[in-house]
Amino acid sequence: MNNFWHWTVIVIVIVHLIAYIWLLLATAKKKVAKNDKNTTGHEWDGIVELDSPMPRWWLWLFVISIIFAAGYLYAYPGLGNYQGSLNWSQQKQFQAHYDKVTEARNKSFATFINKPIDELVNDDKAMLIGSRIFANNCALCHGSDAQGATGFPNLTDDDWNWGGDFEQILTSVKTGRNGIMPPLAPALGEEGVKQVAAYVRSLSSTEQDANLVAEGQNKFNMFCAACHGTDGKGNDMFGAPNLTDNIWLHGTSEIIETAIYEGLSGKMPAHAEILDENRVKLVAAYVYSLSKE
Amino acid sequence: MSTQERETIELNLYQAHKKIYPREVKGRFQFKRKLAVVVLLGLFYLVPWLQMGGEQAILFDLPNRRFHILGLILWPQDFIFLALLLIIAAFSLFFFTALAGRLWCGYACPQTVWTEVFIWMEQLTEGGRNQRMKLDQAPWTWNKFRKKTSKQILWVTFALWTGFTFVGFFTPIRELANHIWIWQLGPWEMFWLFFYSFATYGNAGFLREQVCLYMCPYARFQSAMFDKDSLIISYDEQRGEPRMRGKKRRTENNPGDCIDCTLCVQVCPTGIDIRDGLQYECIACAACIDACDEVMEKSGMPKGLIRYTTEHSLSGKPSRILRPRVILYALVLFGLITGFVTAFMMRSPISINVLHDRNTFYRMVDSNTIENVYTLKIMNKGRETAQYQLSASGLPELSVVTDVDSDMLQAEPGQLISVPIKIRAPKKIANQRIHNILLSVMSGQHKNSEEVKYFGYKK
Repeated sequence: MNNFWHWTVIVIVIVHLIAYIWLLLATAKKKVAKNDKNTTGHEWDGIVELDSPMPRWWLWLFVISIIFAAGYLYAYPGLGNYQGSLNWSQQKQFQAHYDKVTEARNKSFATFINKPIDELVNDDKAMLIGSRIFANNCALCHGSDAQGATGFPNLTDDDWNWGGDFEQILTSVKTGRNGIMPPLAPALGEEGVKQVAAYVRSLSSTEQDANLVAEGQNKFNMFCAACHGTDGKGNDMFGAPNLTDNIWLHGTSEIIETAIYEGLSGKMPAHAEILDENRVKLVAAYVYSLSKE
Repeated sequence: MSTQERETIELNLYQAHKKIYPREVKGRFQFKRKLAVVVLLGLFYLVPWLQMGGEQAILFDLPNRRFHILGLILWPQDFIFLALLLIIAAFSLFFFTALAGRLWCGYACPQTVWTEVFIWMEQLTEGGRNQRMKLDQAPWTWNKFRKKTSKQILWVTFALWTGFTFVGFFTPIRELANHIWIWQLGPWEMFWLFFYSFATYGNAGFLREQVCLYMCPYARFQSAMFDKDSLIISYDEQRGEPRMRGKKRRTENNPGDCIDCTLCVQVCPTGIDIRDGLQYECIACAACIDACDEVMEKSGMPKGLIRYTTEHSLSGKPSRILRPRVILYALVLFGLITGFVTAFMMRSPISINVLHDRNTFYRMVDSNTIENVYTLKIMNKGRETAQYQLSASGLPELSVVTDVDSDMLQAEPGQLISVPIKIRAPKKIANQRIHNILLSVMSGQHKNSEEVKYFGYKK
């Protein structure tokens, strides 16, 4: 707030308060003709409204309100840029409550949070809390049963693009993952895409044209093996999926051509900032436990 | 214009409170009022002590969010019943007002009932109306101090007991009594105990009729439910006027029945003169009826110069009890009560909530089957641990699948469980974009169902 508004607000507020006091005193009494019935002058269907006096304590309620307003404006921000004697702000109040909740939460985690992972997955309370963190933060993409959807991996099976060890899952949750498959149409050409696709399909043991497969294998070794490995089993360093099983993250094997043509990308957002250290650990442990069963 | 008319006076629009000293009065209506006080306050002070099956019979357990009412448990999900109950209470008020005027104010309103008790204590310690007026005028003496102190002790004790009982509806009263005994009250118990005590003390000891005159909304809008056939307390002007007393009365030719003894004014707890006609300040306590009847009896005139009557019968026309508004209020009230009782009897101890997963409409299980994923929340509102079975209907060959062990579909009383479920269907059958299906949760003879959306296989 610049100086002009700072003073404008202060003047308006203080003038108002003073005006209220004046109004209160000015309207507390009124002069009427001695024999007047003392009505408000309002009349409906021949019924006139008496101007009956209010009880005195009603006046005191107004006075108390004005005193309260003065005290409030002294203690809290209200007069322009003046911050108030209590130095209160929404952010500080939020932070104080947030810290209180965090402290209480960490206190309730204390009994299990430092357990080694093998014990942690067997702790019912830890897993219940993990499942709730999952429901609130992860289920939106991965499904409430964690079995994923097109483009969002199933977390209950043993197929992991970025590794299924606890530490690897923890890293995935904390820092997120960015899976990119580059478009290869310019390099392979239309015919090449068909050949490579045939080879990839043959990896998950489906019958394909032998000529296409042989050509495809050459091109696969040139362009794809760097990430997916010469055996096509993928590499969890890059999040390159295993192409030899029949699990297709982006739908069915029907989309292989499109994937090679146009490339693919998948993004798992980082959660270290959204959750905190302890909650990231709990939800990662919960996800880890899902594939262990 | 005469000089008198031009003369002005200054009016203070905020009036200092003039204390009202209602005179004590006996009579048939005052007996009924005392009976109402005893019964209503008796209920208030005794009910929290009732036990049923080892727990407090009526307890509004806010921290655990459950209301225990005579063996029934009500949950926040049953809040609709409270809303209905309040609507029923409002319509009863309308119905009785249209039929019999301000019965509520005179006989049942907590403000009146507690004020009655406080005034009774005032009489006990300070004496009747005249003695109280004299005492307040008198300078401070030991006698005045003694009387005022005993009154305050009675008031404060009674107010504290009221606050204690009030809190006892929300926290088990026997434990509360122990906590007070060892002086270990929780901060909220302490706050409400003293707040409610203070409110009782202030309202019944000092504010009294001012609550009715300045604060009560009902006092302001009750006239909307009145008509000329509603029961009111009224002075019979035709019979009473011209009022006169003493010597004048004996010499005058044709005096009215009112002997202008002003007893009806002295007994009035809101400080009005009923002879001025129907006023919104009148709380229909009937004290003036009893006072006037006694006077009429002593003067050898027929009773009922002030009586329960209607505007129609005062003006000599016939009064009708059954009017359209009474019938309408009664019908609405009857409908509401029937609805309330039926809904209450039919309420299920299984509360369910089904949320469809938001990330995907349907998922392929294999080349012929699809599934929709939901989060199912079940709350056990019953008193025993329950086991649940799930089923889906609305399409042929639907099946409900859960990944969790069957013991996860079990809930303790009051427990809320949340399980991911899948409903599977052949894609040839679920071939529309959206189907409406019914998911049912059963436990023993109880069942609750919810209609849910099922996204089908349609390219």
